[in-house]
Amino acid sequence: MLLLRPKDIACRQAVELVTDYLEGTLSRGDRRRFEFHIRGCPNCSAYLEQIRMTIQATGTVGEDDLTPEARDDLVNLYRRWKSK
Amino acid sequence: MELVGRLRDGDEDAFVMLVARYHQPMLRLARSMVSSEAVAEEAVQDTWIGVVRGIERFEGRASFKTWLFRILVNRVRSAATREQRNAPAESPQAVDPARFDAQGQWADPVERWPQQSDDRFEAAMWAPILKAALEDLPSRQRTVVVLRDVEGMSSEEVCSVLGISAGNQRILLHRGRSRLREMLDADWRRG
Ligand SMILES: [Zn+2]
Repeated sequence: MLLLRPKDIACRQAVELVTDYLEGTLSRGDRRRFEFHIRGCPNCSAYLEQIRMTIQATGTVGEDDLTPEARDDLVNLYRRWKSK
Repeated sequence: MELVGRLRDGDEDAFVMLVARYHQPMLRLARSMVSSEAVAEEAVQDTWIGVVRGIERFEGRASFKTWLFRILVNRVRSAATREQRNAPAESPQAVDPARFDAQGQWADPVERWPQQSDDRFEAAMWAPILKAALEDLPSRQRTVVVLRDVEGMSSEEVCSVLGISAGNQRILLHRGRSRLREMLDADWRRG
């Protein structure tokens, strides 16, 4: 069995693999190299965690509601269209 | 989807429910593509009219949301030939190359964010910073990040809505997310 050391990919490469890793699109070999690097590298592991937190926080950006005015505008639009 | 069937039958309540569910996500998508609020709003309104008129043509092969967003993207794109959001330069690297040494290792340690040791991490607290940060992304990255991470669509859905390849979608997502992390990071450093 080939023994991979964390240095087998550099941090500069590891950060470019993060999205492919999270998307599950890395080849098995690349995934193993990436995970091995992350386990051995506190910097990249902190970085990966920050990306995960960023994604989670981005998910909260959309919590705004439709205003009653905008809804009424659209309902009026709908009624006008239907009455044609 | 049952609501779609009811819309086909001319049921106004179904229209109102669809509007309540999709209007804000559609506005966010349109705004991610053009800077003019008026153009974005008009494209969304046009889309609703187009949907009501063309609901017969919805075949249910794609999800309703995908179909709806695809119509919107077409409207925005034809409006955007007149009005384009100016795109900041796209940086090809996830992290500023200056942060790495000659061997490609981090030159300085990655500073942990205060919240990283906090198990009561409140993601919603960051929404204001992220809203501003999203505004600073190149338009194509912003659109992909909005659809994936704000609206929670799958990569397949996003590719279908925007008519882009899986590889392209991943690159835009990667650059967008990396840039958002960088901006959050800069925010902590400023304190
Ligand atoms: Zn590393």
